[in-house]
Amino acid sequence: MGKKKNIIISALLLLALLAVIMILEQRLPATHIALTVLKKGCIYSLVAVSMNLLNGFTGLFSLGQAGFMLIGAYAYAVLTIPVDARASVYQYFHGGVIQFSVPVFAGLLASGILAAAFAWLIGLPVLRLKSDYLAIATLGFAEIIRAFFQWDVLGPITNGSNMLRKYPSFTSVTFPFLVCGVCIAVMVLVIHSSYGRAFKAIRDDEIAAEAMGINLAKHKRMAFCISSFFAGVGGGLLAMYQSSIQSQTFKSAMTYEILLIVVIGGLGSVTGSCIASFLFIACSEWWLRFLDVETKIGDFKVPFLRAGFRKVVFSVIIMAIVLFARKGIMGSREFSVDGICKFFKKRFGRKKEVKL
Amino acid sequence: MDFISKNLPYLLAGISVGGQYALIAIGYTMVYGILRLINFAHGDIFTVAALVLVYSSTIMPLYLSIPLTLVATVVLGLVVERVAYKPLRNAPRMSVMISAIGVSYLLQNLALYITGGLAQTYPAIPIISNTIKIGPATTKIVTVVTPVLTIVLVFALMQLINHTKIGMAMRSVANDFETSRLMGIKVDNIISMTFVIGSFLAAVGSLLYFTNYASVVPTSGAMPGLKAFVAAVFGGIGSIPGAVIGAFIIGICENIIKGLGWTTFSDAFTFALLIVILIVKPTGLFGEKATDKV
Amino acid sequence: MSNNVLRVNDITMQFGGVVAVDNLSLEVNEGEIVALIGPNGAGKTTAFNCITGVYEPTNGSVSFYGKQLLESHPRGKMKKMYKGENAGTYKKRLVPTPDLITKAGIARTFQNIRLFSTMTVFDNVLIAKHMRAKQNLLTATFRLNYAEEARMRKETMELLEMQNLAHLKDEIAGSLPYGLQRRLEIARALATQPKLLLLDEPAAGMNPQETQELADFIRQIRDEYQLTIFIIEHHMDLVMQISDRVYVLDFGKLLAKGTPEEVQNNPHVIEAYLGVSEEDA
Repeated sequence: MGKKKNIIISALLLLALLAVIMILEQRLPATHIALTVLKKGCIYSLVAVSMNLLNGFTGLFSLGQAGFMLIGAYAYAVLTIPVDARASVYQYFHGGVIQFSVPVFAGLLASGILAAAFAWLIGLPVLRLKSDYLAIATLGFAEIIRAFFQWDVLGPITNGSNMLRKYPSFTSVTFPFLVCGVCIAVMVLVIHSSYGRAFKAIRDDEIAAEAMGINLAKHKRMAFCISSFFAGVGGGLLAMYQSSIQSQTFKSAMTYEILLIVVIGGLGSVTGSCIASFLFIACSEWWLRFLDVETKIGDFKVPFLRAGFRKVVFSVIIMAIVLFARKGIMGSREFSVDGICKFFKKRFGRKKEVKL
Repeated sequence: MDFISKNLPYLLAGISVGGQYALIAIGYTMVYGILRLINFAHGDIFTVAALVLVYSSTIMPLYLSIPLTLVATVVLGLVVERVAYKPLRNAPRMSVMISAIGVSYLLQNLALYITGGLAQTYPAIPIISNTIKIGPATTKIVTVVTPVLTIVLVFALMQLINHTKIGMAMRSVANDFETSRLMGIKVDNIISMTFVIGSFLAAVGSLLYFTNYASVVPTSGAMPGLKAFVAAVFGGIGSIPGAVIGAFIIGICENIIKGLGWTTFSDAFTFALLIVILIVKPTGLFGEKATDKV
Repeated sequence: MSNNVLRVNDITMQFGGVVAVDNLSLEVNEGEIVALIGPNGAGKTTAFNCITGVYEPTNGSVSFYGKQLLESHPRGKMKKMYKGENAGTYKKRLVPTPDLITKAGIARTFQNIRLFSTMTVFDNVLIAKHMRAKQNLLTATFRLNYAEEARMRKETMELLEMQNLAHLKDEIAGSLPYGLQRRLEIARALATQPKLLLLDEPAAGMNPQETQELADFIRQIRDEYQLTIFIIEHHMDLVMQISDRVYVLDFGKLLAKGTPEEVQNNPHVIEAYLGVSEEDA
């Protein structure tokens, strides 16, 4: 009974959030930085949750996220560039070989499916590996994928190392918010399903999970494909957001960023990943911007402030979180109304139990 | 003859790059051997070494700035170990790995801040920057110096590990952390020593590596770092000779692939090799097998 | 003669040059409680791991209710290194993963408890229902399997109630006291609906009173769930009290077999095992 109430309250909160975003969008000028943060934050939330599904819930330490995002971004871009724009985009490859284009949603779906298909193939050999070997092998695969997309023999499809552009993108915040919201909701459903429980069992103890009749190979592959599917969709959305893409962008540094978001949010917490994504993007794009600008207070020039300082401060903050708040913002808990009530009761109510 | 004259430069470059990878790979393999940690920041330490030389050479002569670079890199390695890894000694392995990624992110951003994102011209180091002719190929002296220096350093290191007291302590810590502590070995000092050696060799590798390039950017070290790591895995992580042999194989193969005109895939090849070795023989060429106890 | 449940034929497990289990053959019949005993390092747990598919045995076969479950022979480098016997007998290679063995009806517990320590007691047991549920990823994600899910939850709750764990259902498994963790592990194994239950040192760390309770408990679950039980144990009083037959393992080899009385009076056994660790027993 309490559970149902919680679901309703959460749904209402999300609707309220959507309303706030729609109002913000109406009120703020279209170029306002807050809107950029919201757009990018949505996309990063989706990718971070997809990585958390793998690293936090299934215990598979994979570093291939950028590779799957790249596949998604390319799949979306390649399939949705309008036919009459192809000649100019693929100018070095005689207009490319693909001479049709699909609607946006079909493109996003294709991003996910293609990324998942690649994940399935890669998973066959890689998922047998353990912890850090798995990490390094997935990282390696992401690099291989990147090299393939730059290969000029595939140019008629991928445009080689040139940019892909002129595909449909979005301007509103509502669009990424809705798409990401639906995707994250689906992942939450997976996590709370029988399969999600099996994933968590694998995370806690592989050998015991097997002894409970869980087929390790099948379930690991499943988690890997689901995670990659949504990373692919996230890649597609990122392509839309950036309005032009190049495989150069999807380096391992991108995976590291997403991993750090997941850690800051808390491994094993979906809401943590979302909150951390928005914080991360807001800090790096907006709130810490002032650190990049040379500033004078009166005649005094504030030291250190110049381009790039923001990122230094930012990485120091991240290191501090990694070292001193190892569980991240949420730990493995979820954000909920109940949780908030409890939190405040604990802090401000009668001090029955103080838990640090 | 034509074939040789065409491919000799690539082979030479391969051996040379292999030597440079080997110097980095030792750092990875030693740290992994003791802490079971992939030190993701090692590649960035390699970059920082290059940047230190770039900046110090503008204000002092090279015979001062080169030793300074070596010392500064070693200090950096030590600081990273003390600040980012030591507090997590009892944490799960994943946390330490994440911390290493965090350090890598920090060092890259710091380098970006200091350089302003601009490529920095790498100073020409006298003697090793000069060109020489070997048979039909023209190359820099560094190409010849690298493999020799690598082998000398590795030999010295093996002597240190196999025939000195501190080497014995290192081997014992790598074998069993807790027991070594109980036997009165100062584990933290041994770990620091590992980082000192690893960073020192990375700094030497950096001097040799960047002599072949005109400039340094903050992300220059990421790729050689990763490849050196692959070399370490290929040779069997934890094994120093394995890392060296792996590094030479990777360096040579990569340059031959470049010679064949497949430059796009020279990076991808390394990772393909990694995946093949992980699947066929996960413990690498010289690694030991460990079975999980149930 | 009652129905044969488990038959182990000439199982040898060799790690590198070390033979951990040497040509072990044994059988367990329906409704029996059979014990496998032996000094530390005799290879008891290794034998369990071979039967449950955690290790691939170097040589030998296992059948369950007359059906071939696994079969293996030395391969690759092991061909030359193999020190055991009957190298040519087993031609086939049939090596199922542990989950298939659990599905076939063999459940086990572990010597060092392996619970899903961050999950609740309820979820720990519920996991066992996953493998037999009629569902796929899509139906499970979009809750089209609600009837199935409700059935799984109901069965889990019933099992927890029978095992007197129902009041703990929302506790995190890792935070339970040791004794309860042991009971939960057995409950979890029962939830897989096994026909044969392998218990690996269930009485480890228990005092005499708890051990006595455990003995009653084991007999009780055998009758209630019509189980056959194969047990590794160190506590000799427990073994002597509950087992119908006993196998004794020493240095990987079968040293003796028979009823508890026969084994107790076997001079080899007394020399190798009981003589040494009398205080223990």
